[in-house]
Amino acid sequence: MTFVRRAWAVVWKDVLAERRSKETVNAVLFFSVLLLFVFEFTLGADRDRLASVLPGLLWLGVLLAALLGLGRSFVLERENECWEALLLTPGDKSAVYVGKLAGNLLLMALVEAVVLTLFTLFMNVDVGRALPGLLLVLALGTLGIAAVGTLFGAMTAHVRARELLFPVLLLPVLVPVLLAIVKSTEALLAGEPLGVVSHWLKLLVAADVIYVVVGLLTFDVLLEG
Amino acid sequence: MAGLTTSDALIQVTGLRKAFGTTLVLDGVDLSIRAGEAVGLLGPNGAGKTTLLKILATVARPTRGAARIAGHDCAREAERVRGLVGLVAHGTHLYDDLTALENLKFWRRFAGERPDPEALQGALAQVELDDCADVRVRTFSAGMKRRLSLARMLLARPRVLLLDEPFSSLDQGARKWLEQYLHAFTAGGGAILMATHAFGRELDVAERLVILANGRIIADTPRGTLGAEEIHRLYALHTEDAS
Repeated sequence: MTFVRRAWAVVWKDVLAERRSKETVNAVLFFSVLLLFVFEFTLGADRDRLASVLPGLLWLGVLLAALLGLGRSFVLERENECWEALLLTPGDKSAVYVGKLAGNLLLMALVEAVVLTLFTLFMNVDVGRALPGLLLVLALGTLGIAAVGTLFGAMTAHVRARELLFPVLLLPVLVPVLLAIVKSTEALLAGEPLGVVSHWLKLLVAADVIYVVVGLLTFDVLLEG
Repeated sequence: MAGLTTSDALIQVTGLRKAFGTTLVLDGVDLSIRAGEAVGLLGPNGAGKTTLLKILATVARPTRGAARIAGHDCAREAERVRGLVGLVAHGTHLYDDLTALENLKFWRRFAGERPDPEALQGALAQVELDDCADVRVRTFSAGMKRRLSLARMLLARPRVLLLDEPFSSLDQGARKWLEQYLHAFTAGGGAILMATHAFGRELDVAERLVILANGRIIADTPRGTLGAEEIHRLYALHTEDAS
């Protein structure tokens, strides 16, 4: 129960601070909208070309916005050396990881809701029939991206070239997740039933479990640095 | 303080060395502080004061030697030690976008407790910030942040206080309050190690002065036996840039 209370405290604090400053949300949402404008201008009205690149574009939008947000996960802790106080408070430090992960999931869910809505409007795509399956893929993919992103966000928080190092570390590790989500999204948008992409979904579930477990097990060591 | 056994001492440091790469910051420090004792840790910049405090607080690990709090090894039993010490360092450990009360609430929740509203208000009242309970910390002056940082630490009820320049940024009223609090803390059986540059009234809190220079203790004496001039002379003897 103490673990849950500690993790909840981190989520509560991060959401409250973000609601007041709006630094990350504003930057990430603005970036997502800009990205969609660029995609729209680049692809024009060619429906065939659009259909073939749409899954990649959707996830590219989500991923680039996530890189901005996830990389900032621990910026708050660097101010006034709060990181030190988190370390010095007795108790399981992996609660910080769970709290930060939950906060990042909330942020990414918000970004995805905006990106998906704008995609359907800008690109004139009908996702209605594929929506339940798409939401499942989004949820599993988001968990995988956020789990690794939160861990690497903590890892690079004190590094001088963190903006550079963060994506360089993150993207190679995310290859299985990116492959699975793009392929699943492609099939679902093409009207395929969920069963057709079950192997990709299994890969996503396995990757999520591994990433979250590794995050939980290594965060203590990471924080102790 | 020779003759103190490990069981007598709340803080026990033996042969402590700390190196960052090839730079030796602490070079064989021995120190004992018993329950109910406050020790002022003096020294010029770069003497190793903050490093010593960080090792005792379990933020940094010693290269060699041992540091113990209430008999618990700071490197091997870090979690036990963390439950016993309160650190007030250069960072205030506060979130600027949260209010004073929200900051205290967060840190109690993060410690796994249900925050008691009366205790939180009481801690704010003690540091004379009860009028600013719902004001964002971002708008606070450095002194107000320092006081809130102290209130945060009070709520954790530590047995050992590790203070790095605790009087900096405090106005006269807050200084007086802190002096009284520190006296009460030692009277209640707590131990204090307070690093400072100042030779003024701040040192009245300490019963003993320890001077650190070039990573070594060059003096360990009851307060009152050394005047400011003598301390300056010792600094000059052991460092080139005596302040």
